[in-house]
Amino acid sequence: MTEGGIRLEGICHAYEGVSVVTDLTLEVAPGELVCLLGPSGCGKTTTLRIAAGLEPLQIGRVIVGGAEVARPGRELPPEGRGIGMVFQDFALFPHLNVLENVCFGIEGRDKAARRALALDLLRRLRLEDRAETYPHTLSGGEQQRVALARALAPKPAVMLMDEPFSGLDVRLRDAVREDMLSLLGDEGAATLMVTHDPDEAMRMADRIAVMRGGRIIQEGTPDDLYRRPADRFIAEFFSELNVLHADVEPGGQIFTPAGCLETQEIACGTPVEVLARPEAVRLGENGANGHPARVVQARSLGPYGIVELAVEGQQCQLRCRVPRRALPAVGDTVGLALDPEQTFVFPREDD
Amino acid sequence: MTARMRFGWLDVVVIGCVVALLAYVAYRVHGHLVYHWNWAEPLQFFFRRDEADGGWVPNLLIEGVIITLRVSLWGAVLGMAIGLLAGLGRISQVALFRMISRGYVELVRNVAPVPFLFIMFFFVGNQILKPLGLEGVQDAVSPATGGVLELMFGELNLLRNFAAATLALALYEGAYIAEIVRAGVLSIERGQWEAGDSLGLSRLHQLRHVILPQAVQRITPPLANQSIQLIKDSSLVSLLSIQEMTFMGQEIAHSTSRFFETWIIVAAMYFVVCFGLSRIYARLERRINKSRR
Repeated sequence: MTEGGIRLEGICHAYEGVSVVTDLTLEVAPGELVCLLGPSGCGKTTTLRIAAGLEPLQIGRVIVGGAEVARPGRELPPEGRGIGMVFQDFALFPHLNVLENVCFGIEGRDKAARRALALDLLRRLRLEDRAETYPHTLSGGEQQRVALARALAPKPAVMLMDEPFSGLDVRLRDAVREDMLSLLGDEGAATLMVTHDPDEAMRMADRIAVMRGGRIIQEGTPDDLYRRPADRFIAEFFSELNVLHADVEPGGQIFTPAGCLETQEIACGTPVEVLARPEAVRLGENGANGHPARVVQARSLGPYGIVELAVEGQQCQLRCRVPRRALPAVGDTVGLALDPEQTFVFPREDD
Repeated sequence: MTARMRFGWLDVVVIGCVVALLAYVAYRVHGHLVYHWNWAEPLQFFFRRDEADGGWVPNLLIEGVIITLRVSLWGAVLGMAIGLLAGLGRISQVALFRMISRGYVELVRNVAPVPFLFIMFFFVGNQILKPLGLEGVQDAVSPATGGVLELMFGELNLLRNFAAATLALALYEGAYIAEIVRAGVLSIERGQWEAGDSLGLSRLHQLRHVILPQAVQRITPPLANQSIQLIKDSSLVSLLSIQEMTFMGQEIAHSTSRFFETWIIVAAMYFVVCFGLSRIYARLERRINKSRR
């Protein structure tokens, strides 16, 4: 394994007999940002808390900077692990001002040096003029940045962040995210971030580990996950999907109302579901190619438009995403084709 | 309609009833009780003429107030210290501390104060303070130091009694303060502990720098309340021969036989002290709140 960074190895965890994390192994290298992504209750926060030492380890190992900090029954307390943590609710100390909050975890050195270090962090987060104010006078975004500065001040090798943006409104998120990413990049800490927001994970992570039911079900770069999801759950996580039912015909051919595809992996005769992202449905000229479909609804959402389509002679409706300029009129007939790059075929599990 | 409350007919009726009741009581007292009020006699116990030079000096009632304040002050200081320790003990991670604190709090809460005070008074006085040799203090210190000590603790030849009674009272109040402290610490969100954890602080450090400062702010109102309670409870130490307000009241009532007047005066004095204190606390609280948010 690499020196530095953090490694979780074979972590299992149960609350009162109910398993919440099962055999989880995950590694974050120095300077890397990994997102643990999953719906609420999937065990991602528990995993983070185990890494931090806020939750006692039951099974597995936690290794920070090449040294084992926890195995069952033998754990370093959180304060001995060299980790920094940013909490969902920030957990700033309300009785201390911003500068004191940031200075808090810096060890040793004289007071002036601590102050200088804290002020430097605040300046890099554009908060230096807030140093003497109290947390409750700050906006959410400012509080969030103070929380980050406070966690980074002791120079931890590992940063753990629990839904750091969930308390902020959308516009603020983008700004804070940029600040955060650049500072984290400078510091070179290994960062593990928990989120339930796929969009956020896509924007921030070098790698994403998708969790469900206490297990990591796929791990990879954001692009990997988007283009090659391991199953329907993951595909659905990143965008809405058109779901089409079909069977594999001889030669691996799959015929759908929106066009035909090929598969090599799935045996002939297997019932499958074809999942097409809205942008995978291509609209051609009126009847030019592909299957004819009628435009039921077309709505511009600014940079792009959403089109609802009814396929001729079929029950199903499709939703597709097109550039705003290419938005057809309601009632038009268009030709459909599927982009195989963004269409996924999985064997049907239910029914 | 203005936003301001106005008197309606119901208010007039209620106030009328109260006035009528008071008038009836006054009438009964005046006409049937045939009690001849004599306020002059007990009132002279506020100040008296000094026999030597004829100037005014404090008499029993004023001396009583001073001793009440002394007992209350030291009782509050000691009680807070005991309460803080016991309150933190209640939530300690060490089972032994939890057991001791729990035992102490439950003992005080479930025993009537008078027997508790007697037991503590005799136990503390004889077993703990006697070996300390407080009797000798008077002779051991210089007159100047003696004067300061006297101002702080009252007559030095009674020091052991005073200390034992104050400590007994402090032990009684400490249990209630412990519960307030415990509630205050528990009211701080778990995230604050965890934030301290993740910043590399030991538990003691977190308690000292993160948790207690916030807890103290939250429990200031109940603590202020408890300190007023303590002044009233200090009347119990009259049973331990501490010559505070209630003790003096008893003396005066018996020697003058003006029970009504004396006790009304003593009650009024408690009211003035406690109400005055509560006004001061309310002021302080407003100031703190204003500066905080």
